[in-house]
Amino acid sequence: MTATTVEEPILVAENVTMRFGGLTAVDSVDLRVERGQIMGLIGPNGAGKTTFFNCLTGLYVPTSGRVRFDSAVLPPKPRKVVQAGMARTFQNIRLFGNMTAMENVMVGRYCRTSAGALTSVIRGPKFRREEQQTRDRAVELLGFVGLGNVVEHLARNLSYGDQRRLEIARALATDPKLVLLDEPTAGMNPQETRQAEELIFKIRDLGLAVVVIEHDMRFIFSLCDRVLCLVQGRVLIEGTPEEVQSDPRVIEAYIGTGPQDGPALEAELDEGGPGA
Amino acid sequence: MRRIPRLVTPAQQERFHRPGQIVAAVGGLLLTVTPFLPWAFDSAALDDMTVYGYPSPLQLMALLLGVVMLALLAVGEWLRPGRRVRIAWNRGAKAAGTGALVFVAVILAAVALELGGLVNVTPGGWLALLGALAAFVGTRLIVGGPPPAVERAKVPGWAGILVIAAVMAVVLFGSAYALNQDDGGTFVAFLSFLGAVIAVLFRTGGMGLITVIARAHRKVLILSAFVVAFLFPFTQNGSDANMSIATQVLIFAATAMGLNIVVGLAGLLDLGYIAFLGAGAFTAAILSSSAFSTVSWHPPFIVVVLVSGTVAATLGLIIGTPTLRVSGDYLAIVTLAFGEIFRISMNNLDGTNGPNLTHGTNGIPGIPDLEILGFNFGDTHTVFGITLGRFSNYFFLLLFVVAVIILIFVRLNNSRIGRGWVAIREDEKAAEAMGVNVFGLKIFAFACGAFLAGVAGSVKAHADISVTPDQYVFLESAFLLAAIVLGGMGTVLGVLVGATLLKLMPEKLRFVSDYRLLIFGLLLVLMMRFRPEGLVPNERRQLEFHEEDTELAARIEEELEETGAMKEATR
Repeated sequence: MTATTVEEPILVAENVTMRFGGLTAVDSVDLRVERGQIMGLIGPNGAGKTTFFNCLTGLYVPTSGRVRFDSAVLPPKPRKVVQAGMARTFQNIRLFGNMTAMENVMVGRYCRTSAGALTSVIRGPKFRREEQQTRDRAVELLGFVGLGNVVEHLARNLSYGDQRRLEIARALATDPKLVLLDEPTAGMNPQETRQAEELIFKIRDLGLAVVVIEHDMRFIFSLCDRVLCLVQGRVLIEGTPEEVQSDPRVIEAYIGTGPQDGPALEAELDEGGPGA
Repeated sequence: MRRIPRLVTPAQQERFHRPGQIVAAVGGLLLTVTPFLPWAFDSAALDDMTVYGYPSPLQLMALLLGVVMLALLAVGEWLRPGRRVRIAWNRGAKAAGTGALVFVAVILAAVALELGGLVNVTPGGWLALLGALAAFVGTRLIVGGPPPAVERAKVPGWAGILVIAAVMAVVLFGSAYALNQDDGGTFVAFLSFLGAVIAVLFRTGGMGLITVIARAHRKVLILSAFVVAFLFPFTQNGSDANMSIATQVLIFAATAMGLNIVVGLAGLLDLGYIAFLGAGAFTAAILSSSAFSTVSWHPPFIVVVLVSGTVAATLGLIIGTPTLRVSGDYLAIVTLAFGEIFRISMNNLDGTNGPNLTHGTNGIPGIPDLEILGFNFGDTHTVFGITLGRFSNYFFLLLFVVAVIILIFVRLNNSRIGRGWVAIREDEKAAEAMGVNVFGLKIFAFACGAFLAGVAGSVKAHADISVTPDQYVFLESAFLLAAIVLGGMGTVLGVLVGATLLKLMPEKLRFVSDYRLLIFGLLLVLMMRFRPEGLVPNERRQLEFHEEDTELAARIEEELEETGAMKEATR
C-alpha cells in the first residue's frame, strides 16, 4: 500500500452535506479512500450512512460539497458514476428477481459493452464477440463469489446469503475501482458472515478499494483498514480500527450512557477487537 | 390447470381404482361406438349428425377422444412408469375423461340451442353423454400416479422431426377446419375438443416431450411453422372470406408483437398503442395513389413502409420523451389519452377544423392494391391449380412482415438491450445504479414498438382498402393488450396464439356478438385467477406465478443435480 500513497486517493469526498428540507442528514462529511483500502462506515441507525452512500453514487445530489473519484469530479448520475468505476450494493437487496443469477451479472456488464440494436438484430461479429465475453465474465464472477452452482437459478429463489453475494458479483461485473457495500452481512449467520469477510478480502486483493457500511462491530474491526464513525450526520471520528474502537464517544454514541445497558454492550465492543 | 379442486381424495382413489378403470373403459367404449349413431334429429344442427354408421367430423372427434381414453387406460394399466422418463398415462386419461364430458355437453347444448330444445337430441346423443359421464366419473376414481417427467427423454432425430411434422400438419388442418366452420356451435365444439386434446397432452407430459423435441430441433420447427403458415392459403380454395380473416389475424399479431416489446420486455404499460398502427396506416394511405390522397408525392411502397414506420416512431418519441420519466399508472394514463388524441386529431384534419389531410371521419378510401416489382396484389393467381385470391397475396406479405418482427423481437430479447429492458421492468432504480441507461432504453423500446406498428399499419392500409379514424379506438388497444396477457407476456408463441384467438373468435362467434365483451372480460378474469402467466408462458414467468408449485421446482432441482452429477462424472 505504500506504493500507492503517492497517488491521489481513489475517492475524496469533501464537505458533503445533504439536507432534506430542515433536516440535515449528512453534515459536511469528509472521506478519503486510498486505492486497495477497506474503509468501514459505522454509526447508529439514522446516522446518515446510507444517505452518504447515495450522495456518493449519484442517487442524491448533495446540497453542497464535492466528490472526486479517480482524480475527476463525479457527475451526479448513477449511470455515470458506475461508468466512472464506482459500483454499489443495496441495504435491502435489490436484485432483478425474475432473472437468473447469470443474467443479473450480465446486466452488470451493460455499461462496459456497447452492442447496439442493429448489430444485435443482425448478429454481427461484434455482437457475438461481446456476448461471449459477457458470458465468460459473468461465469467467472459467479465463480469468484462462490455461486458457480446456481448460475441458472432465478435470483429470487436464492438463499439470503447467496442473494447478497450475487449483488456483489453484479457490482463487480461493472469493472469498478471502488465497491460500496451497504450492510453486506445484514441477516447473515456467523458462518455466512465469515464467508463475506473472506470475499471482501478477496475483492481487496484484486486491487479494488472497498467501502463497507456495517453494524457488526466484530466484522468491521477485523476487516477494515480504516473506520469512519458517523453520528447524526457528522463525522465523530475517523481512524484505524483500534483508535475508533477505544474512543469513548463511539461507545457512547452506539450504546448511550444509560447505566443499565452500558456494560454489557461495552463488553461486546471490547471483544470485537482485532485480537479477538 | 393444477388447481382443479379434488373431488375424490387419494385414499378413495386407492380403493376405487379398479372399479374406476372399468367404469371409465365402459365410457370410452360408448364414446367410440355412439358416433356411428345419429345424435340429432335435424341435419341443420352443427355438422349433420343424423346419419347412421357414418360419423360427422364432430362425432369423429368424440370417437377419437374415446379411443385415446381407452388407449391411455390400457397403457396406464400395463406399463409400469419409468424412473428417469415418465409419461403419466392415467393423468392423461383423467384429462381425456373431463375433456370428453365438456365436449359432448357442448355438442348437445349446441344442438338444443340451434334446434330449440333438448328434445332434438336423439337417444344416440344421450348415449354419448352417458359414455362421457362414465368416462369422467371413472377417471376421477382412478389413481393418477406420479407427475410426468420427460425433460431427460432421448428422442431420436428422425422421430423428433416426424413429431414436428405431425404437429404442424395437425395445426394446418386444424386451423383450416376451424376457419371453414360457419356454424358457431361447431366452432365452439371444435374449440372444446382442442382444449381436451391439449389438456391430455399437458397431463401426460406429451407437451413436455414436444417442448424437448422443439428445443432439439429449433430450426426445423421454425422453418416448418413458416411452411405451414405459407401453405395455409392453399387450403382455402381461393375463398377470400376466410383469407380476409387470416389477414386481419396477421396484422393483429404483428401489432401485438410490437406491443410485446414495450409491455412484455420493458414493462411499460401502453394503452394507446393502436395509435401507432393508425399513424402508419394513415401515412401509407396519404402517400398512396388513392384518388383521395391529400399529398402529391407517391413513392414506391418500400419507401412508404419506411416513412410510415418513421412517422409512427417519431410520434412515439414525441409522446415518450416527456412521459417516460413517469412510470407505471401515470404512463398508462398518458398513453391512453394519447390514443384518443390521435383518433380525434385524425377526425379533425378534415379541412374544416384544420388542414385537410385525412378527410376527417370519412378517412381515405379507394387505396389501390400494392404493386411490388410488377406483382399486383389485387390479382388472382393460380398456383398448382389452386386459386389464390387478393387476400392470399397480402397474407404472404404479412407473413414476411410478422417473420421480420419476430426476428427483431427475439434477437433484441437475447441481447444486452433485452437484458437491460427486463432489468428495468424488474427494478428501475437498481438497473440505473448498475449502469443501465434506463431512460434511453425506455425511449428506444417505445420508438421501436411504434416503428414496428407503423410498418404493420402501412400494409394494413392497402389490405383494408380504406383507412378511417374510427378503426383506431381505445378498444383495439385494449384487445392488443389482452392478446398479450392472454397468450403470455414477453413470449413469441404465446402472443401469436393470443392474437389469433382474440381476432378469430369474434369472427366465428357472431351469434354471441352482443356478449362478446362480456365473454372476453370473463375469460380474462378467469385467466388471471387460474393461469396468470398466460396460455404459453415463458419459463421465467411460470416460476414467478407458481412458486408454490413444488412439482416443478422439484423437477428442476432434480435436473440440475443430475447435470451437476454428470459433469462430475465426466471430469
